[in-house]
This record gives sequence, C-alpha cells and structure tokens, in this order.
Amino acid sequence: MKKEIKFNLNGEAITLEVNPNEVLLEVLRDRLGAKSPKCGCDKGDCGTCTVMINGKTVRSCLVLAIEIDGQEVVTLEGLMDSGLTPLQKSFIEHNSFQCGFCAPGMILSATELLAKNQKPKREEIQEALSGNLCRCTGYTPIIDAITNLTK
Amino acid sequence: MENNFFGEYKVPIIHKFDYLKPKSIDEALTVLAQSKNPAILAGGTDLVDMIKENVVQPDVVVDIKGLDALNQIKFENDTLFIGAGVTFSDLIESKIIKEKYPVIFEIAKTVASVGIRNRATVVGNICSALPCMDSGPLLSAYDASVTIAGQKGTRNIPAAEWFIAPRKTALQKGELVTGVSLPYPKVKHAGCWIKLGRYTGEDLAQVNLLILAMADGTFRISFGAVAPVPVRAKKIEKLINGQAITPSLIEKAKQLIEEEIKPITDVRATKEYRMHMAKVMFERGMNAAISRLNGCGPEYGTSVI
Ligand code: FES
Ligand code: FES
Repeated sequence: MKKEIKFNLNGEAITLEVNPNEVLLEVLRDRLGAKSPKCGCDKGDCGTCTVMINGKTVRSCLVLAIEIDGQEVVTLEGLMDSGLTPLQKSFIEHNSFQCGFCAPGMILSATELLAKNQKPKREEIQEALSGNLCRCTGYTPIIDAITNLTK
Repeated sequence: MENNFFGEYKVPIIHKFDYLKPKSIDEALTVLAQSKNPAILAGGTDLVDMIKENVVQPDVVVDIKGLDALNQIKFENDTLFIGAGVTFSDLIESKIIKEKYPVIFEIAKTVASVGIRNRATVVGNICSALPCMDSGPLLSAYDASVTIAGQKGTRNIPAAEWFIAPRKTALQKGELVTGVSLPYPKVKHAGCWIKLGRYTGEDLAQVNLLILAMADGTFRISFGAVAPVPVRAKKIEKLINGQAITPSLIEKAKQLIEEEIKPITDVRATKEYRMHMAKVMFERGMNAAISRLNGCGPEYGTSVI
C-alpha cells in the first residue's frame, strides 16, 4: 500500500514513502521535522495547521500526504530563509501574539493575502484571517500589525 | 485525539485504504465500478474529516484532481458549467462569475475560511449534502442540473431530484459527478445571498437564503439549512410573482415561510430562532435583490444581515 511521493518542501526536493492514510500535518511534523504547523482541532476549524500548497493556504489536517505528490509545499519555516519577513517584524513590534500557537497560520494567511492585495482594507484582513482562531489576543494586535505594515 | 501544547499529533487515521489518482474520466469510472466501497476525493475538506471520524470507511480513495476536464469554469450556450474540481476560491477569482453570476461570488465568499475555500469544491459540497451546505440554494434557485458520468454513459438530473435527504443524493455506486450546469436566466436579473451564522466569520449556516429577482417581475427563492434538503419556496414565488411588491405582500409572504420550511433545533440555533430569522432575512433579501436589479443596493459581497 505504501507509495513513493516526490514533492518540494520549502525549496527542497523530498522523496518519501507514505501510506495513503497518513495526513499531511502528521508527515510534516513527525517525519520531516517541520514543526510550525500545529494540530489544534484536527478538523479544519482552527487554522493552526496551515501550510501553503502551490502558494495557497490549506488546512494540512485535512490533506492526505499522498495528495501532495508533485506539488510545492511551504510551511512558515520556508518563508524565513533570509530571516524574519517584514510582516513578522511588524507582528513583533505590535506584540501581536501571546502563546504563539496561532502565529504560523496567521502569518501564512496574511502572507497569502498580501501577495494578492498589497493594500487590504481592515475588513479584508479580517476576512482573510477568519478561521484562524486565536485564544489569547482578541485579534486586534494581529490586525493592527498588518494594517500598519500596509498603510 | 491526544494533544499537547506544542501541537503534537497523536492519533493518525487508523482505517487503511488504497489511493488512486486517475488520469482520465474513463479510468476513474473503471476504478469506481470495480471497487467495493470507493470514496471520491476532490478538496478533501469533508472527506478526510469523515474518514478520521470513521463515518466513511473506503477501500480506495479516488483523487479526481488529476482530471483536468473537471477543473473548468465555462460559459457556453447561455449555461455556466462548474466542474467537479472547481474550488470556492476559483469561483471568487473567476471573471465569468464576477460578470455573469456575481451572486455566486457572494456565496463563495461566505463559505468557511480561505484555507478551506482553497480546497473545497461546489460539487463536493453538494455530494456531502449536509443540510447546512451553502451550495444547495444555489443549485435550486438557478434550476441547475448535475452531470453524472457512469459506465453506461452520462446523465443529467435536476437539482430538485439530486438532494434526497441529509447526506443522501441521487448518485449511484460507480458514478462520478463531473460538474453542475446553471442556465443563465433569460431576463435581466439580480440576486442576494444571505447566510446567517452565530458570528461574522467562519461558521456553518443557521439559515441560508438565495433570492433572484428578475426584470419580468418574477422571483426565485431558495432556503438552506432549514429542512433536510434545500427548499425552493414555490408557494411564495406563486404569491409574489408579477405582483407589486408592497409591505403587505411581503408580510403575507413572510407568513407563508412557515409552510415552506421545517427548521430544527440543534447546537447552532433553535427552530424558533431559525424561523424568525428566515422571515427577517427574506424581507432584507427581497429589498437588496430588488435594489440591485434597479442598479443600486449593496455591493455584492456585503452582508445585509
Ligand atoms: S488543526 Fe487543522 S484546522 Fe485545526
Ligand atoms: S497568541 Fe495564543 S492563540 Fe493566538
């Protein structure tokens, strides 16, 4: 039942044998050491497992690892090749996170938004982040960090 | 599932299955016909969850993302075709949708979150056929048909016959939905979509409503999440079609909603609240759809609730 898949993870070519029932989140964390995606709800509701497939954010808890054969996967680790991004710096300046559990999902979702829309309105930022649950901050410092960066 | 603070994933999917990604529809149909209990995978946002929960226990998962013919949004012969691989994000970004079916843009924007919309498909949504689905009223209001491929050929069935019960559709074993077709209404028209949730942002619907207002004075009204399957409100349409839309007519129509829908009480709302809000939504939706038809009204994508 095992199958070999080849894909690109954060710029690196990976070849891996997976079982069809292995979930992407599990493979990224446990087999490939990419620990930024986290398991919050395990059913698509919270956004903490967010990664990008071909430039689009997805919930890695709802993707089978075998599906990413031939695709390009980016986790937060992959955005940081040359250090913190301006977006991340803005999050630090605004003290946007407390525990940080939601941070990878928030950062990837905001990155996806800014790639499409350099000057998002506040409502557009809210919509882009919705479905990324944060239990600590009340969202305001997260949204402020993005608004400030783009104004 | 065990979970610690660092997001360790403790319980993988136990159920074992095979995985195939066919390159042609014929190949897909052969696999579907030959396996005992196949599951069709498009976005996976429902399916993977259902496998985790053991609601579905497939022997083989057939990934249709390799079928390019299904990834299209086409407008031909005054009909919109949305292929089975088309995601809600594809719809939001589509020029055809923005120009010809802006209310689909409005619907797609309310589906879950960006991370889900980037994977989830309209066809997957109607195949899962949960009562709270957002695509049900879309199919029913547009008099859409579902195109189903099988080893004996292709058949088209109207939306009204597609939805049978919660999680139950007209799809037979061995068949594959290739897409849905939405005929473009013959007269100028405008629409309004209202999704009621517990809060703004990602949630499943408590009540869904799609209204299309036509320049010939007719309306198409379809409710979701307030009955086992989407409800096309024919009695209300009969009452208001061709009439001057006055406050008293709206009041009469609101009373009729009680005959059209059968909401239940669940974790998201009580049946009384759903009934009450369906009426409020109907009135606001009518106003918005009519204003849009007259070239004003709220921009598509702005919630009127
Ligand atoms: S863990 Fe995937 S969305 Fe919550
Ligand atoms: S900072 Fe703790 S969940 Fe967002």
